[in-house]
Amino acid sequence: MDILLFFMETGFWIATIRMATPLIFGTLGELICERAGVLNLGIEGIMAAGCMAGWTWVYFGGDLWGGVLFAAFIGALFGLLHSLFTVHLGLSQHVTGLGITMLAAALSSFVFKMLLPKATTPPKIIPFANLDLPWLADIPFLGPILTHQSPLTLLAFFLVVLVSYLLYKTPVGLSLRMCGENPLAVEAQGLSVYTIRTGAVVVGSSFMAVGGAFLTLSAFDAFYIGMVNGRGWICIALVVFSSWKPWKALLGTMLFAAFDAMQMRVQQQSAMVIPYQFYLMLPYIFSILAMVIMSRRAAYPKALLIPFRKGER
Amino acid sequence: MRLEQRENISPYLRIAAPLLAVLVALGFCSVLILWSGHSPLTAFLFLLKGSLGSKFAITETLTRATPLIFTGLAAAVAFRAQLWNIGAEGQLYAGACMATLLGTGMLPLPGWFMIPFLFLAGAIAGGLLLLGPTLLKTWFSVDEVVTTLLLNFITLLFVNWLVFGPWKDPMAMGWPQAAPVIDSAVLPILLPKTRLHVGFIIALASAMITWVTLRFSRLGFEIRAVGHNKHASRFAGIPVRKTILFTAFFSGGLAGFAGVSEVCGLKGYLTLDLSPGFGYSGIVVAMLAALHPLGVVLAALFIAAISIGADSMSRSLNISNYIADVATAVSLLSVLAAMLLARFRLRWR
Repeated sequence: MDILLFFMETGFWIATIRMATPLIFGTLGELICERAGVLNLGIEGIMAAGCMAGWTWVYFGGDLWGGVLFAAFIGALFGLLHSLFTVHLGLSQHVTGLGITMLAAALSSFVFKMLLPKATTPPKIIPFANLDLPWLADIPFLGPILTHQSPLTLLAFFLVVLVSYLLYKTPVGLSLRMCGENPLAVEAQGLSVYTIRTGAVVVGSSFMAVGGAFLTLSAFDAFYIGMVNGRGWICIALVVFSSWKPWKALLGTMLFAAFDAMQMRVQQQSAMVIPYQFYLMLPYIFSILAMVIMSRRAAYPKALLIPFRKGER
Repeated sequence: MRLEQRENISPYLRIAAPLLAVLVALGFCSVLILWSGHSPLTAFLFLLKGSLGSKFAITETLTRATPLIFTGLAAAVAFRAQLWNIGAEGQLYAGACMATLLGTGMLPLPGWFMIPFLFLAGAIAGGLLLLGPTLLKTWFSVDEVVTTLLLNFITLLFVNWLVFGPWKDPMAMGWPQAAPVIDSAVLPILLPKTRLHVGFIIALASAMITWVTLRFSRLGFEIRAVGHNKHASRFAGIPVRKTILFTAFFSGGLAGFAGVSEVCGLKGYLTLDLSPGFGYSGIVVAMLAALHPLGVVLAALFIAAISIGADSMSRSLNISNYIADVATAVSLLSVLAAMLLARFRLRWR
């Protein structure tokens, strides 16, 4: 009975949307890359770099939106590196992605330690305040849920709409999807597969980094090493779960976050019976289950993982 | 920019490429060291001294290389068959758990039997852990990269529960660690007054056996064939699914060895800091070695020297020892690029 009451509570939905936000950014970013035919396993590290970049910007006196932009820029740089290796040199997307993750994570830890060598407790910043929109707050039920979110959450929702529109309703989106399905057809149109894929990976990676920045600039107010904690890998599972469709990605992340919020509630109420570690395992188990459930219907972009070399077929 | 295949690759280029790549990595780290206000030359001297400068330093490097050889072999074997096992970290802990379960007094066996027995049990645990994602791959074509990665987190949380909960050693003054293994399960020390243990010899032997298996046995041929072309292998009558499952067991088993060797050789008990990411560094080791089992030994020594050296450098110069992780990651990326550029020529047009 208690479980049903959760869904009536605004607190539950506030938590769900908050937990979904970094995943929305990450999943959208990965989706853009994969739709263009490039698997980006750098996501876990790029999110960590985004955490670090956004936090550093604000800690050293920048404003919050500047931090978000800076994180996006750093993410784009790692995306550029990934595309140089996988798109232009045609190297293994698996290994390069893992290399990018290791590099980005190690660099963010290193830079953090060098900037603040003496910090024993993570120094804090003032994170994004909740939305202050009086007209929104007046809507019953939905109002309080939405006004208890950071502006970044609003940005995430907006990006879902934008990406969905760009992918399906514009020539850019069409050629991007074509790169993931049949790059030779793109070539035949006189377009450059290299340019489109590079663009997709760069933009996708900057989304991932903003997802990371959400963690330091909104969800928490400090940076600590290892704070991404597998969220990037979960996003990759969510992309499969959403069949590479932006709206389904939103749905998938919300569903995932709702489960996560629910397990936290249950955990608080029954911490004595089941050890908390088993609750913490649930998001990872859900991700694996989600992949298994969707695997039969998984319509991978046909050219995913296959490097394109001009003049070869 | 265009890539053009080289007709014949000179042997010099083959050797020069990875060396050049390592130089690139060192160059990148020099920039970071300069930024931290030290001279790269002094830093590298400290690094060299810390990893190879004394008998003790060398044994420390060899000790660190031991788990890296195991996890590097695990990655090399799996990648040869195009099985993307990124879960060596979890498989290592599975092996470590098995060593703790059976080696802490449950079975009072004599040493000559206990140690091989624990290695076998650890290998089975590691192999079984990888078998799950591999079955999901062969049955439902679920991508094993993500599932093995996620299993690492699940396994670590499980170990977290074990060492804080049922396996917590009451004699450990509240530290989250399991009870130490009994004397007959401890791997003998090779050199007195160092930490170098028999695990290193077992790692070398494993590399040798893996090389022979891959190079000369039928299974090795099938693993390589499946990695090159699944469909052609199927036509040639190779049982592809069975080969992949066998590879998984082989690879997971090697990673399990790493766990047993760390518990029984180095630490003596199971903790949460048993592995600072040996599973992930194993991937770098395997790639640096171009997936060659004997090359894995050299690559593991190189990565171990960097991380041991960086530890001592960071103590003397106050540079964060995350520089070792940076060097490892840059080495991976630059070696990837270098090996490609050895096979292809870049044409700017």
